[in-house]
Amino acid sequence: MKSEYDVLIIGGGPGGALAAKTAAKNGLSVGLIEKRPAIGAPVRCAEGIGEDLIGEFFDEIDPKWISAKIEGAKLIAPDGSYFYLSPEMAGNEVGFVLDRKFFDRDLIWQAVHAGAEIFVKARAVDAIVEGGVVCGAKVEYNGRVQEVRAKITIAADGVESKFTRWCGIDTTVPLGELETCAQYLMTDINIEPNITVFYVGRDIAPEGYLWIFPKGERTANVGLGISGTQSGDGHRAKDYLDKYVNEFFPEGKIIEQIAGGVSVCEPLECTVSDGLIIIGDAARISDPMTGGGIYNAMYTGRLAAEVASKCIESGDLSKGALMEYDSMWRDSKMGRALERNYQMKEIFVKLSDKQLNAILTSVKNLKMADFSTLSLVKEIVKLNPKLIRDLTGLKKYFE
Amino acid sequence: MIKVRREVCGYCGACVSVCPEGALELVDAYLSVDYDNCKNCNICVKVCPLGALEVADEE
Repeated sequence: MKSEYDVLIIGGGPGGALAAKTAAKNGLSVGLIEKRPAIGAPVRCAEGIGEDLIGEFFDEIDPKWISAKIEGAKLIAPDGSYFYLSPEMAGNEVGFVLDRKFFDRDLIWQAVHAGAEIFVKARAVDAIVEGGVVCGAKVEYNGRVQEVRAKITIAADGVESKFTRWCGIDTTVPLGELETCAQYLMTDINIEPNITVFYVGRDIAPEGYLWIFPKGERTANVGLGISGTQSGDGHRAKDYLDKYVNEFFPEGKIIEQIAGGVSVCEPLECTVSDGLIIIGDAARISDPMTGGGIYNAMYTGRLAAEVASKCIESGDLSKGALMEYDSMWRDSKMGRALERNYQMKEIFVKLSDKQLNAILTSVKNLKMADFSTLSLVKEIVKLNPKLIRDLTGLKKYFE
Repeated sequence: MIKVRREVCGYCGACVSVCPEGALELVDAYLSVDYDNCKNCNICVKVCPLGALEVADEE
């Protein structure tokens, strides 16, 4: 590992990999450190992504990245009634269930081929901050701690980000805005192989939802997330999941157990500092409605590297110059969706099972020409105007 | 004080993300607790999806 790079990236997930690949392609020297011993493991993800979204980053989709192609979604209300969303209606809920073990590794391969240097089992133990400017990281690697300096450091260290805290930025997720999640990769279960399933309801997943994301004919990621405030001894995410699995898939075999936290808060107030850019889950840029974050991480990773390249070329590494990154992602389609979906999440977590039943029943009978998350919520609000009475922030989305 | 049941910990980072003191960290596939900074607020115990954290009496 060199002692100096143009760009140092903390974290080897999809966001970090896209940042490394983009920066290296732009001719910068790039070092990426990953604290785990292997890229892509353990995966902490339900692995779903929209087809159009992943298509933004690649000319070709490698078949080995894909566990299942998804053609629709099924929403199940607390009372057990359900309806299907067709591909035209389901938008981002159709697409692919990835195999992140292959996908993440290939993204890193691409970064390496572009010229980035990758180090696994390399852990940032502190930030180097001089005069308020982030100048790199202290890295523990091969049993010793060394200083690795960089013109720009990109924090891509996920929901558990520590690096940003060492830089003086508080990234703590509020208890009520952390979805605490448990998931099993299960086989020998009866599922619809090309349909993602979403259950809502306070009994099944309070202030969250349960998902079944197919990974093959009789194999799926079966998981759920609940709000941190709803979690506790005897009623943790794993307890809810075990209850569901015992009831619906008693013969199923659990071949992997995964746990994780997903932030459903608003993104950080500012995602840059002098010499520092924060991306993906570390910046709290995951979708507050769905918890999805793969696309957002890749999008912000690529953008961070593009802005870093420009700033390094111009020699201005200040927060003011890097603010272009912050402004660009907020103004993007993704940024606007995050803002809107946060407001919507605030509504949905307050709904009772009775309200959820009523809403899903009414939506089931709707025929919407232009179906999307936004149009769905517009219809819900029409049917239940009281829901947004106190949420003035939502009004702008319906005008 | 917080005790980590390493055999149960899923190395997921949920507890790290909510710790208001930054007293938790994932190190070498295990969760590490900085007891000097831990204020025993037990938020981490509450959010752990697997029940890997528990409150133990100080020895």
